[in-house]
Amino acid sequence: MIDPSAPQFWPQLVNVVLGGTAETLYMVGVALIFTVLLGLPLGVVLVGTEAGGILERPFGSRRAGVVINRLVDFIVNLGRAVPFVILMVAMIPLTRIIVGTSIGSTAAIVPLAAVAVPFFARMVEIAIKEVDGGLIEAAESLGATRWQIISKVLVPEALAPMVLGLSTTVTSIINFSAMVGVVAGGGLGSVALRYGYQRYSVIHMVTVIVVVFTIVMILQSVATRFARRLARPGSVSSAAVRDKIATEISF
Amino acid sequence: MYIHWGGSMISIGHVSKTFGSGAAAVRALSDVSLEVATGEIFGVIGQSGAGKSTLVRLVNLLERPDSGSIVVDGQELTTLDATELRHARRTMGMVFQHFNLLGGRTVQGNVELGLEITGMSPACRRRRSMEILELVGLGDKAKAFPGELSGGQKQRVGIARALAGNPKVLLSDEATSALDPETTRSILELITSINRDLGLTVLLITHEMDVVKSLCHSAALIESGRVIEQGPIVSLISTPGSRLARDLFPLGEVPSHTGNTVIDITFSGGSADRPVISQLARKFALDVSILGAAIETIGGKQAGRTRLELPGLPSSNAEAIADLRSQGLLVEVAGAELVHDVTEVQP
Repeated sequence: MIDPSAPQFWPQLVNVVLGGTAETLYMVGVALIFTVLLGLPLGVVLVGTEAGGILERPFGSRRAGVVINRLVDFIVNLGRAVPFVILMVAMIPLTRIIVGTSIGSTAAIVPLAAVAVPFFARMVEIAIKEVDGGLIEAAESLGATRWQIISKVLVPEALAPMVLGLSTTVTSIINFSAMVGVVAGGGLGSVALRYGYQRYSVIHMVTVIVVVFTIVMILQSVATRFARRLARPGSVSSAAVRDKIATEISF
Repeated sequence: MYIHWGGSMISIGHVSKTFGSGAAAVRALSDVSLEVATGEIFGVIGQSGAGKSTLVRLVNLLERPDSGSIVVDGQELTTLDATELRHARRTMGMVFQHFNLLGGRTVQGNVELGLEITGMSPACRRRRSMEILELVGLGDKAKAFPGELSGGQKQRVGIARALAGNPKVLLSDEATSALDPETTRSILELITSINRDLGLTVLLITHEMDVVKSLCHSAALIESGRVIEQGPIVSLISTPGSRLARDLFPLGEVPSHTGNTVIDITFSGGSADRPVISQLARKFALDVSILGAAIETIGGKQAGRTRLELPGLPSSNAEAIADLRSQGLLVEVAGAELVHDVTEVQP
């Protein structure tokens, strides 16, 4: 039990919470970078390799397209279906190979990215599916390559809903990042656990909740504003995609 | 006026296309052949579902035919590899019914899309896109987004995008079907002037006879995936029994018979200016009634059809009919068996 009336209490609280916040932002930030780098192409591959998609025949073979589509779909489902606590622990050997240790914030990035990548890939898939097929045809009629169709048409036109999907993804990364506190991952989750739970400090608990809440709120409002600025009448409507995302994440 | 260069720009040979397979298979096109001459405006007309859209999408291989050949500007497209096909597509611009503009790009950005694809430098792209936007009358809208434009303006952007890469062929898939009549007219005028000033060959698909009437030099009628007839409009008009001619100049149903002769006269070229009917009445002392008439200006020339009723059976009017034919007019007598009788009388 910590004594709130002790002279060291408030400076210590500030230190601990600031440190936890920094760790959380670090984990979430780096995990987010990997999420975009891996989730975006995976989402494009998911849509593209479907029947009639622009990557229908990778390497000139429809069979390759079907195999890649099933494989990616399976990985994405696996990543989303396994509860995070289990995934986190199960990935410890892999984390050790990649990072060299399974303890600390850097190590926590691996399971965080592992759970966020499939999540974001689905968001990207949903957003790109909403792009009007006529736009792809128009680009094809101008002689565009598959890569040009992806980079000049599909991704830019689906950008607004993808940004919203990304903000949903960040929120869930923050959510999961609290859990890595359990396996010595650090961050605000660890603060809540060590001070709020194990030492019964209500003040620590409330502070952590307020900080996390503030971070999520800021992120969401920035993302929404950004998405609104990207959205143009005629491009993919964010609202339509948001509804789909809502059904998608209520698993 | 268009100049007939003699050669074919687009030559579609015995093309068939089926969608789906097994019981769900739909045959969109059966053994379709078309010749589009260099520099002309060629209209393909038909009901929705007749296969028109499939046909135009075959020309730049957005759809691949099951069999047959597609030659554009002397190059067989069906045997090209992916890279060669992309290069061939850049010689053809395409305009769509629903415009298919990128909502996230400005008007200028949309026009530059094709130029980016070909790897043109940003400075050249800007110059070329402004030039072409001026041409379609949207020089002041370069920075606007498609969502801020009217339907007609959007289609102008679509046309500008199609023209930016200096294509030889413009493919138009129901470009005016989503537009009101006034806007349709202005877009058709734009297409006509592009054809005239830039010498572009235009293949357009439409379900509106008015579109064919107002700007096409040649036309094809397509029905259930087959070409029923095709050719220069001027010669279609003077072809006996031409469905297109009948649709271009609708005279309605032939009235049920009263023992009189009903004839349809098709005028084309110079004959439209002559007082054919009053001459007929005077020369043969006939009481001619006009049942219907449709006169249009096609390709700068007067053409049309008139339905007349002459007293008495066709056999008694054989001389008058022969006289009309000798003036170079196309005369069709209503009633199938009667047509046979009359043609025997003709020398």
